[in-house]
Amino acid sequence: MNARHYHQARWNEPIICEMGSSGERGVLIPPFDGGAEPSSESGAFIPENMRRTAPPDLPEISQVEVLRHYLRLSQENLGAGLIPDFGMATSTMKYNPPVNEQLSRSAKLTNLHPLQDEATTQGILEIMYQLEQFLKEISGMDRVSLQPRGGSQAIYANLAMIRAYHAKRGELEQRNEIITTIFSHPSDAAVPSAAGFKVITLYPEASGYPSLDQLKAVVSERTAGLCITNPDDTGIFNPHIREFVDIVHAAGGLCAHDQANANGLLGIVRSRESGFDLCQFNLHKTFSTPHGSGGPGSGVSCVSSALADYLPSPTVEFDGEKYHLEYDRPDSIGKIASFYGVAANFIRAYAWILAHGAEGLREVAQIATLNNNYLMTKILEISGVSAPYAAKQFRIDQTRYSWEKLTHETGLKITDISRRSVDFAMHFFYSHHPYWVEDPATLEPTESYSQRDIDEFIASWTQIVDEAYHDPEIVRSAPHLAPIHQMTHPEYLSDPDKWSPTWRAFRRKYPGGFGNE
Amino acid sequence: MSKVLASTNPYIPNSTTRAKEEMLRTIGIQDIDSLFSAIPSELKLNRLLNLPEPYQSEYELQKHVTKILDKNTSTNERLSFLGSGCYQHFVPAVCDEINSRNEFLTAYSGKAYEDHGRWQALFEYTSLMAELLNMDVVNLPTYDGLQAAATAMRMAANISGRKEIILAKAIQPDKLSKIMEYNRHLLTFKFINFDPLTGGMDLSQLEQSLSSDTAAIYFDNPNFFGVIESNAGEICSLAHQHGALAIVGADPISLGILKPPADYGADIACGDIQSLGIHMQFGGGHAGYIASRDEEKFVREYPNRIVGILPTREEGEYGFGEVAFRRTSFEARESGKEWLGTMANLWAITAGVYLALMGPQGMQEVGQTITERVNYAMRALSSIDSISLQFPQAAHFREFVVDFSRTKKSVKEINRDLLERGIFGGLDISAVFPQFQNHAVYCVTEVHTKEDIDDLARNLAEVLS
Repeated sequence: MNARHYHQARWNEPIICEMGSSGERGVLIPPFDGGAEPSSESGAFIPENMRRTAPPDLPEISQVEVLRHYLRLSQENLGAGLIPDFGMATSTMKYNPPVNEQLSRSAKLTNLHPLQDEATTQGILEIMYQLEQFLKEISGMDRVSLQPRGGSQAIYANLAMIRAYHAKRGELEQRNEIITTIFSHPSDAAVPSAAGFKVITLYPEASGYPSLDQLKAVVSERTAGLCITNPDDTGIFNPHIREFVDIVHAAGGLCAHDQANANGLLGIVRSRESGFDLCQFNLHKTFSTPHGSGGPGSGVSCVSSALADYLPSPTVEFDGEKYHLEYDRPDSIGKIASFYGVAANFIRAYAWILAHGAEGLREVAQIATLNNNYLMTKILEISGVSAPYAAKQFRIDQTRYSWEKLTHETGLKITDISRRSVDFAMHFFYSHHPYWVEDPATLEPTESYSQRDIDEFIASWTQIVDEAYHDPEIVRSAPHLAPIHQMTHPEYLSDPDKWSPTWRAFRRKYPGGFGNE
Repeated sequence: MSKVLASTNPYIPNSTTRAKEEMLRTIGIQDIDSLFSAIPSELKLNRLLNLPEPYQSEYELQKHVTKILDKNTSTNERLSFLGSGCYQHFVPAVCDEINSRNEFLTAYSGKAYEDHGRWQALFEYTSLMAELLNMDVVNLPTYDGLQAAATAMRMAANISGRKEIILAKAIQPDKLSKIMEYNRHLLTFKFINFDPLTGGMDLSQLEQSLSSDTAAIYFDNPNFFGVIESNAGEICSLAHQHGALAIVGADPISLGILKPPADYGADIACGDIQSLGIHMQFGGGHAGYIASRDEEKFVREYPNRIVGILPTREEGEYGFGEVAFRRTSFEARESGKEWLGTMANLWAITAGVYLALMGPQGMQEVGQTITERVNYAMRALSSIDSISLQFPQAAHFREFVVDFSRTKKSVKEINRDLLERGIFGGLDISAVFPQFQNHAVYCVTEVHTKEDIDDLARNLAEVLS
């Protein structure tokens, strides 16, 4: 198979603030016929000192042109709907079935106010309740909150519950340390820190995970808990995870399993059997709700019965006849997010789980893992790329590769290779700081992509490697076929005098445009 | 008896026997189970998950889920006067058209090369919001307005080097819960009463509470009761006199007619953008903005993404990237500011579309018409004998408090009676504001006609007679 001959849309659209002209309208507001002194000047009911004096400097654009502008911008994207999107690993970019979209956009949800009488919201409450039952079974945990609006916010909810648990025992002052690993998501370190804990990070050995001795050396009466991804971003499953959990438990800590990377484990391994007290899933990853250009996602917090009282309020309960929202929960950590979370995602995830059933979910995990190992087998045949740690061992849902050999031999950078990928309608993620694997590229081919898709990806990388050794300039100067050319002046993002966080800041700092400052 | 299940899954291309066999052969193994050999058997689930039989055909699934959703009765089918954090506004069709485009819906976090359109749309959102707010920096949204307020307070504490937040009591209870839970280990709080007549902040109590420990004052404008804080300028100057910052929670839909917080001295503005072209979705349509001046000490405290614009090798072309990215948890893990993650960008794109459609005139008109309608509703309801308004003299935006304590019914009973008549009455605040027994917050927006409001008044008069 050859790499794709392709060219992305390049519309050169102006920034919207520059569009339109005076007097144009995109939409009209329904007039009011209430005789409420309509003849009075604008703002008649607003005290003089609180009235806006000059109208906001927004553009005036006809509806046709607003629609066209955004449609053109929509064409300048590469998401899971357009490409085999497995370069954004740890993100589980899978297929987002349009039927779920259709259901979630039903007027029976979109026009529902969260504070309506429960008699009028029984349908969505039923879906929330049933989704909780599914997620309890999938995780093995006892209660679930759907409230967090993202995976990291669910990690936060879990940390807040760990905090509440120790506070209730009078041990919070003493227990102020959370242990994590470097290949756990950055949020497994950042969120505990935001929640007030000191963070201790363990580093992998040749196996790809830290040793039990490393853990034992840092566990103490100060340990509040363990916050860990398994399998982590390398795709290597830590087989000693149960012992990790037992060691932390023996010291009086709680264990939170970051299940953002759960796609390869559905129906195969659960947090319960590994001994965890809490875990979180990202509905926008494993359970197929769309990533929305960066949200809204949904994080769900799953806990053991010992922690159920601390869950965010309200919970959804069922008395055999009616569903209701329960607020009378004195030990609850309170509100983690507005109302009950991202309800559209509950419908999507509910429908997605029901489309699969138990055997289907296991098949998801199996094929996601099969795809990853097929991809890895083929990638390791490409010169210049390696998969550090756990040599010859199979990986679960994803693998973190290293381009170190190729960059050393060619002088190219990982960013060059990443930009060149775009010219073949592929892209990949070179992970979070610190780059513990040199020149990393993390791939997660999920169950949604075909063998053909994987072979096409391989063809693009094979061609890039060939170019890197024989015509490196084409890689270095990439992209060539994307909506824009290579960006210059990175200091325009890091220098306070030069950065432009909005168009009005840009106009102030660069009145004549870039190059004329 | 269980159904006979189809062996090929339409969502899983490689679920065919052919694909599995060929791929296993390439890997050099016999069966898929071998791929999981690194996992100890005692950790594996040795049974199938206990889940309902699947609806494998799309038709059956659609029918099943639709049947459940049909049990809901939405504000399309009834007349609703609920607000209190989630608002029924007009949603232009173009907003839905754009946010349901698969190209935006399924994109995630590519760079500005392959995702140039997403980046530009997000930069445009922050740029349009910046005009509305008269501020130069706007974040890519955090989860919701609750998180935005909680985070803005941490930012203010870090900037000022102080730990005490002074808060107006006229705040949404859920927002207060979030703020307190999130900041409990870092900040301390003092609360300022509202004046029983004007609904605004008690200025003398505020003056007494301010000190050199105060990191920031926070208030919502309009507040939880729909009251416009007419002393906003004085409150902000009082904060500044004590070296504290002023943080104002403002709903952007009010800013075509209300002064933006920056114009009366706010250092940080924050709030929720759900009103800007995003459906209520049972509370699912929220996203939080934070805005400030373009000063380094402010920018370095944002935990969220900030999009910047930069040139490319081609003259006249714009690229985009992350401003001051080193402050984030993706660069600095536990040393970064809070954390980065999937938050609410689709709603940012949608709000950008909304502001582009509305323009300056649309934003002025929507603010004006809401003000007219809320005043009409206040007059209509106060003309009912047993009802009075809580802050009758105050200027209101979108919401107002109705006092039912002179009636023979509780708000609960009144709302039950209204529901029977096809009306969702205002939110009962008796439990959360004990001084307001049998009071409710009513919400009126540009979607409510004169007839709707008259209908409410007539029905209220009837259920109270």
